Amino acid sequence: MTDVTPYLIVSAVLFSIGATGVLIRRNAIVVFMCIELMLNAANLSLVSFSNLHGNLEGQVTAFFVMVVAAAEVVIGLAIIMTIFRSRRSASIDDASLLKW
Amino acid sequence: MNGFVSPHLEYSLLWPIFVVFGVACVGILVEAFAPRERRYATQVALTLIGLVIALVRVIIIGVDVTPRTVAEGALVVDGPGVFLWGVILVVAIAGVLLFAERQLDTGVSAFAGQAAALPGTAAERTAAQQGLDHTEVYPLLLFAVGGMMLFPVAGDLLMLFVALEVLSLPLYLLVGLARRRRLLSQEAALKYFLLGAFSSGFFIYGISLVYGYAGTMDLAGIGDVVQHGGANHGLLIAGMGLMAVGLLFKVGAVPFHSWTPDVYQGAPTAVTAWMSAATKVAAFGALLRLFVVAFGHDRLTWQPVMGAVAIATMLFGAAIAVVQTDVKRMLAYSAIAHTGFLLTGMIGFTAGDGDGTDATHAILFYLLAYSVATIGAFALVSVVRDSNGEATDFGKWTGLGKRSPLVAGLFTLFLFSMAGLPLTGGFIGKWEVFTVALRAGYWPVVVVAIAASIVSVFFYVRFVLLLFFTQAQKEVVTGGEGTTTAVVAVPAWGSIVVIGACALATVLLGVVPDPVLQLIENAGSFIR
Repeated sequence: MTDVTPYLIVSAVLFSIGATGVLIRRNAIVVFMCIELMLNAANLSLVSFSNLHGNLEGQVTAFFVMVVAAAEVVIGLAIIMTIFRSRRSASIDDASLLKW
Repeated sequence: MNGFVSPHLEYSLLWPIFVVFGVACVGILVEAFAPRERRYATQVALTLIGLVIALVRVIIIGVDVTPRTVAEGALVVDGPGVFLWGVILVVAIAGVLLFAERQLDTGVSAFAGQAAALPGTAAERTAAQQGLDHTEVYPLLLFAVGGMMLFPVAGDLLMLFVALEVLSLPLYLLVGLARRRRLLSQEAALKYFLLGAFSSGFFIYGISLVYGYAGTMDLAGIGDVVQHGGANHGLLIAGMGLMAVGLLFKVGAVPFHSWTPDVYQGAPTAVTAWMSAATKVAAFGALLRLFVVAFGHDRLTWQPVMGAVAIATMLFGAAIAVVQTDVKRMLAYSAIAHTGFLLTGMIGFTAGDGDGTDATHAILFYLLAYSVATIGAFALVSVVRDSNGEATDFGKWTGLGKRSPLVAGLFTLFLFSMAGLPLTGGFIGKWEVFTVALRAGYWPVVVVAIAASIVSVFFYVRFVLLLFFTQAQKEVVTGGEGTTTAVVAVPAWGSIVVIGACALATVLLGVVPDPVLQLIENAGSFIR
């Protein structure tokens, strides 16, 4: 069994970068990429913990997260594409018809 | 251990879920192979038959349910779970009937004729002239219903995450498919999708931390580790918090509520009606199971936080609803306030024998009473129309009571139920959740809850006054802008059945709640 702490630190850093990116970036595609980064951070930490505990549940979950992320890409890009085609802009600041 | 051992599945208990997913897959084949003019009738019939079969099976399971874990521990079939299945399926049937409504808008449904055609282009007009209809919405609804059925019965964290995504992804699409006001609808879908994916990122990271703490994905196993104290309590707290973010987002609790008003307003009203009830039922089922079964022994950590979230949610929802001028948005903020009331029930977790049974029962009843009221209210929103489709502005509803006493009267009934006035289901629901929180000793939260109820009574009653006692403004002809007031369109029988059934259920739950309370009582508690 290896020491998993460095991996967990990397995972936490990736997650923070992703979450910060979602909050500060303005392009819907980039925001979406940051969300994927958060999911992958979770994957890294799942696999690390799986190694730590010596069972496979974490690794299996990581596979499911990948599948879910792929499904999410399909839905997400469809929605972002539709928005882009009707507004000629993928900026999430432009989508501001619904307020308060 | 060599080779794969094939998992043992209890098909007899699980086939309601298989039926729902199976019919959804058949629905996709219908989309691919059936001629366009037959798709609508085929899809509606298929979806309804599938849901009714699943509901009948759920009722048979529910008559004599022995709580047990099934599918190698991935799912848990117990009383509250089966009750939630029933509610989700009933709500889904109502949703399908509302989706199938085609009489209000000159023979087409409320969904975009062709979602890929840009708003305001020739392609869109062609699609409208040909009377195209997106019948994919029925399989999408079924997939979401399948996810909702898995969500509250998930026995491990992995299933919880997969179910969350399976229920969310079709919803993101359904929200963006409105026929009218398409830019609003698409914007709502974008916001819902980005924020929903963001929150599920938190959720899965929380899952990984909880797994790191407990070393198992199994909810009951986590419960054991929490009870005996794991290695690193900080990991548990962080994991619990991140998972709560994901779930509180789904139920629309402050500070994760911001999608609610936009999505409720932008989505086609039939979708709003169904999802406002169904996602709340499914997500509260999962929230309860997770925090009772897995984190129940660490309640001192999460109960105060949930109390604070409940207070913020109730006050915010009720206060902001007061200043709304759009019916759908007002109902959305009232939905946020209701989330707060439901969370009040959840912190009543320690009432009674301290294992969450009483709180579960109170919340199950509240969910049922809230579901029928919100579906009925949104269904009525879709029949009040002017030349631009649904008229959701307050000004258009002014004096509706004189023109259509029936619609205004029923809307008043649903609002009174949401306000929690006596003789409606909402009153009994509020009574249940407040008393359970009081018995658990959380009286400050209950005081705030009662204050928030009074504020919400104010804006509900104000709207009722607008309906009945305010003179409609004189019709001003302004360059063919259409009428300033809305008229009531006659919906198809499906919507009439849904509205009638919701009204009946709201009154019955308020006047003779005992059979339902007894049913919930018999459902027992979540198994550990």
